[in-house]
Amino acid sequence: MTRDEIKDVILEIIEDIDEEADFANLDADAPLRDQLDLDSMDFLDIVMELRKRYKLQIPEEEYPQLATLASCVNYLEPKLKNV
Amino acid sequence: MQQSIESQRIVITGVGLAAPGAATLTDFRANLLAGTSGITTIDLRYMGTYPAGICEFAETRYRKKRENSRGTRAGCISVYCANEALIDAGIDFSEYDRAATGVYIGLTEHGTVETENEVYNIGQYNNDVNYWTHHHNPRTVLNNPAGEITMNLGLTGPHYVIGAACAAGNAALIQGVQMLRLGEVDLALCGGISECVGSFGIFASFRAQGALAEHIDPAKASRPFDRDRNGIVISEGGCIFTLERLDRALVRGAKIYGEITGYAMNSDAKDFVLPYGPRQRQCMELALRRADLQPSDITILNAHATGTKQGDIEECNAIRETFAECPHTWINNTKSSIGHAMGAAGVLELAGNLPSFTDHQVHPTINVDNLDPECALPGLVTGIPKQLDQVDAILNNSFGMLGTNSVVIVERFVAK
Repeated sequence: MTRDEIKDVILEIIEDIDEEADFANLDADAPLRDQLDLDSMDFLDIVMELRKRYKLQIPEEEYPQLATLASCVNYLEPKLKNV
Repeated sequence: MQQSIESQRIVITGVGLAAPGAATLTDFRANLLAGTSGITTIDLRYMGTYPAGICEFAETRYRKKRENSRGTRAGCISVYCANEALIDAGIDFSEYDRAATGVYIGLTEHGTVETENEVYNIGQYNNDVNYWTHHHNPRTVLNNPAGEITMNLGLTGPHYVIGAACAAGNAALIQGVQMLRLGEVDLALCGGISECVGSFGIFASFRAQGALAEHIDPAKASRPFDRDRNGIVISEGGCIFTLERLDRALVRGAKIYGEITGYAMNSDAKDFVLPYGPRQRQCMELALRRADLQPSDITILNAHATGTKQGDIEECNAIRETFAECPHTWINNTKSSIGHAMGAAGVLELAGNLPSFTDHQVHPTINVDNLDPECALPGLVTGIPKQLDQVDAILNNSFGMLGTNSVVIVERFVAK
């Protein structure tokens, strides 16, 4: 997957969680939870969805790497390069 | 501190409900008076198609779709009913403190639906528990349906649920009365909820007992007192009442549906599933004593009867003995129209009868095509409503597995 495709997947998963999520002014380098109405359970939903879709097992200590949209893409790019 | 008598009188001032075929008390009452069944069918995993009572209501009127997805069906029904009850009661928390508001919800069971779904879900992933949802525990803790109400409405008083099988709705109502009388809370949201149509296991278990209703026409499947009845129609649903102390209700000019003047609960102490009429009779008589009423003072007796062979007969025997000398006590059954809403049954059935105080009608029991002679109670109202001059008192029976019995008596409100 390309970086853009990974970004789209993340946004799609967030939209599935909250159909009212507004991405218009999303800063890719700022924490997602500060900008969107997401809490810790929503965050675990994102992790679970990545597991279901791509069989990705993300260790808990690496969760902080999913904090911003840009860090998500950076973290997932090597893991999803063959998807 | 001296308490006024009015502060010990507890009144129902708001009703919010979701029943098969109706999402407001007005529509529910109209269906019951018209003898319209709310029963359709459900096609459940592993089970196939069976008669069932499904609720249609504005699921996103009071909270977002994402909150419904995160929570449970029971929570979704609860939030709808609680909001509807508060609106109906005209309570906006300018006169009541959210910290002094209690939420007491009766449940027959909770968590079965969510657990079955998760077991099925991980079955799609070779039973790898890494795919088990992190939502499982908050969804299945027993207080879930009550807790979802408090989060939605910002209520910071106590919330918990009462587990009392199919007597649970009444049991929660009784809990609310007690907490108000004790002064623990100033406003109580009380009722019962059931989401159990989502569980194949509940259907399968009743079928294994020979107690799951079947009929080619789902609207005819729930037939308490009929000779050809063959079991329970499982329904989902919910009903929540606002209960207030009379003095506070009068000060704010509340509409008063009725006054809860008597209640009782007891236990058969006999059998896991089979009901026991003599104990049901004791329960009714205790409630009457507490209300300081004679059996003949009851205008409407809403029977619990679920449509099982033995259960209906046991209750009819209990009623026959207690109300033998009561030619002006009329008996009806709401499950014939909406099926058995389990934890919600007692309160939904009470709600369906509350309008009798103003319209003076007794809603009929439907689907009694051939009355079982053993259920032939003299005051049984079947087919069409019974018009009366006045309705003074309603006695509501609700009984459950493991032999838990509950009776609530509501009287027409009269200022004393």
